[in-house]
Amino acid sequence: MKEELFVSGRNIPNIDPFLNIWHWEIPVYLFLGGLSAGIMFFAGLFMVMGKEKEMATTVKWSMFLVPVALVLGLFALFLDLKHQLYFWRLYTTIRIESPMSWGAWTLMFITPLSFIWVATYMKEAIPGWNWKFKLIDDLEALAIKYRVHMAWAMMGLAIVLGVYTGILLSAFNARPLWNTSILGPLFLVSGMSTGLAAIIWMSKSHEERTILTKIDIALIGVELFLIIHLFMGFLAASEVQIEAAQLFLGGEFTVTFWVFVVILGLIIPALLETLELFGFRIPVWIPSLLILIGGLIFRFVMVEAGQITRFLY
Amino acid sequence: MRYAMAVDTKKCVGCGDCVVACQTENNVPIGYCRDWIVENVNGSYPNVEIELRSERCNHCDNSPCVRCCPTGASHIVEGGIVMVTHNECIGCGACIQSCPYDARYSHPEGYVDKCTFCNHRLEKGQSTACVEVCPTTCLYFGDLDDPNSDVARALKNRSWKVLAPEAGTKPQLFFLT
Repeated sequence: MKEELFVSGRNIPNIDPFLNIWHWEIPVYLFLGGLSAGIMFFAGLFMVMGKEKEMATTVKWSMFLVPVALVLGLFALFLDLKHQLYFWRLYTTIRIESPMSWGAWTLMFITPLSFIWVATYMKEAIPGWNWKFKLIDDLEALAIKYRVHMAWAMMGLAIVLGVYTGILLSAFNARPLWNTSILGPLFLVSGMSTGLAAIIWMSKSHEERTILTKIDIALIGVELFLIIHLFMGFLAASEVQIEAAQLFLGGEFTVTFWVFVVILGLIIPALLETLELFGFRIPVWIPSLLILIGGLIFRFVMVEAGQITRFLY
Repeated sequence: MRYAMAVDTKKCVGCGDCVVACQTENNVPIGYCRDWIVENVNGSYPNVEIELRSERCNHCDNSPCVRCCPTGASHIVEGGIVMVTHNECIGCGACIQSCPYDARYSHPEGYVDKCTFCNHRLEKGQSTACVEVCPTTCLYFGDLDDPNSDVARALKNRSWKVLAPEAGTKPQLFFLT
């Protein structure tokens, strides 16, 4: 029998028995960041491939979600800060070793980029749109000229953003559940899949949906593969990581994770999408909604469970 | 120069004086603490073993909290002491997540706070508040590079351990066993 008792102090509200200082803001931000990264990556990709006309929803219209999602995500991040008046300190320094510094700077570039991208399509989206100032018209013409360059930048930054949502957690070796490098690719793929789900939901073109659905099924396959790898890694690691994995293999997060994230959020939508490819009539919003909700729950579960795990001594 | 502390687990009685002294010295808000006492019970009667530890920030050589800080508010000063600059801290909580010893807490005013090895007292040539008040003198503090310091002598003559060495943080809080 081993028992540990805190004799003094440590009756800290919201901190003990676990130091779970991260609440809903972080998973919501990770979800919106991943979603934005997914949409931006595929918008950039099809732009670079010259498919602007065929994949109009991907390249043009779904991108209107991104500035909104990023601003909401940033707002959630801001709410999470406890010393909010000093948030600008993020931008007076660059810390190579801190993932959060990387993320802050990535967002500093990717958010304005998404606004510019959307602005160049305003006239197509709303007929008769008028910028009112000649300067903005000139800037718009300039941005339209460099769209392909912007698309390349967007793809690169989207990958950094997507990976960063995972690395943010995996950089903490004190929380064994997070401390695995597979979290970076896993969050990237999951973010791309939620981005695709949003685009598929919005798209009216059958051809476009077919292409995107095929990519999405492949991504879900990769995601399942990475999840299996995640648990193989935990179970082959040290005691603290085996205990972390137990939270999902019989522990308190088992049902939430396997039923809502893996079955309802990945396997069932992948099956529905496959059936759709074979000609069955399935409302598009069902698999899309399942993927989006699954992605959100996945991030809540990971952030919540990770804060319970710790080193034993 | 390398400041460090050693805690004699055989002499500590878990009275909590170090906790109160620290709270008074450093104006720690009520309900929070920078150091605390853990009572570790191993086994069951009649083969039972109790270890008492006065714990605080380990002022690690390879400190994860300093590495993950996005603004540089967490930094290392002379003597290896890990400090937080209050008006550079944005309260993101990354350092709290990164600490294997859970030594940091979010101060009600927003910034993150923790043990400073009483740096303000060291500058005046005094020792830390917890060491000064310990009634069983089970805490040893000093410069590891000076072979005649209290901590260096305690570590030389006794067997000791650090907490969670597998975390790779190279902690500088030693427990004499």
